[in-house]
Amino acid sequence: MLNKYPLWKNALIVLILLIGGLYAAPNLYPDDYAVQISGSRAAYTVDQQMLNRVTKQLQAEGLVSKESELNGTSGLIRFSDSTTQLEAKETVSRILGDNYVVALNLAPTTPEWLTSVGAGPMKLGLDLRGGVHFLLEVDMAQAVAQRLDVYVGEIKAKLRAEKLRYRSVVHREDGSLELKFSKADVRDEASQLLKQDYTEFLLTDEDADDAYYVVVSLLESKVREIEDYAIKQNLTTLRNRVNELGVAEPLVQRQGRNRIVVQLPGIQDAAAAKRIIGKTANLEFRLEAKTDASSASTETYTFRDSSRRATLEKDIIITGSSVSNAQSTFDENGQPQVSITLDSKGGELMNRTTRNAVKRRMAVLFVEHKSRNLVKTVDGEQVTERVPYVEKHIISLATIQSILGSSFRITGLDGAGEASELALLLRAGALAAPIYFVEERTVGPSLGEQNIELGITSVQIGFALVLLFMLVYYRVFGLLANVALTLNLVLLLAVMSIMSATLTLPGIAGIVLTVGMAVDANVLIFSRIKEELANGLPPQSAINAGFERAFTTIFDANITTLLAAVILFAMGTGPVKGFAITLSVGIVTSMFTAIMVTRALVNLTYGGRTLNKLSI
Amino acid sequence: MASEKNFNFMGLRKIAAGLSIVVLLISVASLAMNGLKFGLDFTGGSLVEVGYEQSPDLNEIRGKLQSAGYEDAVVQTFGSPVDILIRLGQSHDPKLGDQVLSVLETGEDQELTLRRNEYVGAQVGEELREQGGLGLLLALFMVMVYVAFRFQLKFSVGAVAALAHDVLIVLGVFSLFKLDFDLTVLAALLAVIGYSLNDTIVVSDRIRENFRMVRKATPVEIMNISLNQTLGRTIVTSLTTLLVLTALAVFGGELIHGFAIALLIGVLVGTYSSIYVAANVLLAMGVCKEDLMPPEKEDEEVDERP
Repeated sequence: MLNKYPLWKNALIVLILLIGGLYAAPNLYPDDYAVQISGSRAAYTVDQQMLNRVTKQLQAEGLVSKESELNGTSGLIRFSDSTTQLEAKETVSRILGDNYVVALNLAPTTPEWLTSVGAGPMKLGLDLRGGVHFLLEVDMAQAVAQRLDVYVGEIKAKLRAEKLRYRSVVHREDGSLELKFSKADVRDEASQLLKQDYTEFLLTDEDADDAYYVVVSLLESKVREIEDYAIKQNLTTLRNRVNELGVAEPLVQRQGRNRIVVQLPGIQDAAAAKRIIGKTANLEFRLEAKTDASSASTETYTFRDSSRRATLEKDIIITGSSVSNAQSTFDENGQPQVSITLDSKGGELMNRTTRNAVKRRMAVLFVEHKSRNLVKTVDGEQVTERVPYVEKHIISLATIQSILGSSFRITGLDGAGEASELALLLRAGALAAPIYFVEERTVGPSLGEQNIELGITSVQIGFALVLLFMLVYYRVFGLLANVALTLNLVLLLAVMSIMSATLTLPGIAGIVLTVGMAVDANVLIFSRIKEELANGLPPQSAINAGFERAFTTIFDANITTLLAAVILFAMGTGPVKGFAITLSVGIVTSMFTAIMVTRALVNLTYGGRTLNKLSI
Repeated sequence: MASEKNFNFMGLRKIAAGLSIVVLLISVASLAMNGLKFGLDFTGGSLVEVGYEQSPDLNEIRGKLQSAGYEDAVVQTFGSPVDILIRLGQSHDPKLGDQVLSVLETGEDQELTLRRNEYVGAQVGEELREQGGLGLLLALFMVMVYVAFRFQLKFSVGAVAALAHDVLIVLGVFSLFKLDFDLTVLAALLAVIGYSLNDTIVVSDRIRENFRMVRKATPVEIMNISLNQTLGRTIVTSLTTLLVLTALAVFGGELIHGFAIALLIGVLVGTYSSIYVAANVLLAMGVCKEDLMPPEKEDEEVDERP
């Protein structure tokens, strides 16, 4: 029979709408201000006992929490306002010390029965709700020092190649290099050579009683260049890391000469983000020193998980920056390991070194740049000073079984969690220079509360006007279309929430366009029905023909737009992505509601009856 | 009712083509000479942090800054309600902080402190410009391929021509009137592409149908019949979209203004282009009945129906 959906089709539509309603519901609950605690390494975990202790101590200091809860390996303490949240964060990090990461967060208040089916609210972007703000400082002195270390190697090689005998090439405290020679004419020749080859050097000759020196310092413009490079490289690495975290719509931006701002919207796992972003971990691969090696060319380090020690050669074979890919896997005994692939240069170095070192042992050294805050009293005022320091521990020391090439594995890690974290860090790239957290705050929405309210109100007014217009113009059919249009918004919200997409202003643009396209689909159908009626078809056949004939048009128009949206999503970043997500989701949901739901409603209203006239 | 009217759309096509070409030339010329006035999001600028004693009204701050000539200021709370972060499009200047502070101090009975005055980089870097541009080109290409496959190559040229026409004109208007081009306008531009594409395909679809169904009609007549048949729908859809956009422009406040204006222009131009650009290009390429015959397999379409 015309215009009658089979029961299963109606049931399917109702089922989809119910599920949609369920998953859209969490958006009705506002978020809590919260402080999140997690271990700074996978080895440190948070338990209920510790949470209770912390909340008790907070209460003693007059900071009342609403609730505290445990989520796997991290804890969450909720507060009713942002001022308490900020004070509590300071207090908690003081109580727990360095081994835990304490971060600000916004926690959803979705009721348990909703979270138990995996429902959660949609995230709002930085422009609409603000988020967590990290200010990072790049250690420029380190960036320059690292570059100078590379020059040391280069200069040595060059002097050797030219057969110019030097006594030493060292890196001075003041950031210059000191080349020591025993003969003045050799010194002059070397000085001449360097002047030719390096325009970025500032060379001064110094004579002492028993030796002749060339002091090499870098031109200011070269220092700037190194610093700019360090910042750019770090920006890229941080963007990679943030992307690996799966944070939608982040902001990574340079600020001032040596700082980087990272802003993450809303309710991410801020503690994990802080841990990953802030990690300046790197790896160094070194050979174990031979027993007869001189102490000047060796260094002794402890293992990470025990007080055992090992003496290693000072020379580094390669560092983590030569790693082109890293995956965490398990070995045949079920122990976590990281499979590493090196770039061609790194592979060559590794190959050359291990060729003469089979049966010797190679260490993987875990290097972490950290900083601690020292509170000093200067002129009666408390000043917090950040003191950077470097921690180096051996994570594995294994016998080289055969010559290594560009791919091999590291074992001896703390657990699967650590293996995957290490792999992520190696994959996301090394930082060109260490970074330190200078500041962590929550920022308000950049668009401003009132602007957002105005925006939302205007969208509502616009939506109401559309509903009114449809009702007046198409009467009963308009009413049915309006129901479908409203359901479309619910579904859109539900899908966005399920995908945990982030809504931003460009996303709202996508929604506005979706409303337009959903209306368009119904308009296409209804004007076809009108046309068919004008051509003399009876009402029931006109309805049927209208839906059927408009379908190809709607299909083509929507698929074309969807295609464009999907490509924009794949290629775009930030705002373009946000727009593309809402638009793609909106097209799919609007095709469902504008065609299927409207049809079902029309069928329920008119189907199976004898009609003389249609209210359209 | 609208479908009973019978406008001779294509009678005006030469005039429309002339008009389009003139407007496009003006747009391109303006873009070449004036360029676009990129907003803070794209160019970077300065950052000033001010500490208040009591939490201030952010909108008052915005108002003060605006009347002092800092029109594109982004004002937000920073960490607490009394710490205010202000981002400005001005290039960095050590004196800027004090200037901003003195603007904010007027008529204020509390003490303000300048916390910070620094340079900030662009929010969207080269990455977006490069990737975004490439993405746009790829999207256009894929649209062409799809339309060529579903319709015919001439239709895909028409659709892409209409798209390029609309985007260039919206950009031209922003360049000519020196309106701020920021992220929201970029979003609007993307929405214009979506709308224009939708509109063009709907019209093309009817043209294809009529080429197959109507016997004995010249291409110009087919165009006219199709445009008249879709006119009712075109007007209603444009009208509803314009309703939403007008509401945004009127009630949406300062920040959505650029967005709403861009979309308003885009929808108007997009509606015009689906009538005059797409159809005109089709005619100029000599589209004819044979281009669409034999029809694609009908049974395939039946499967796709609801």
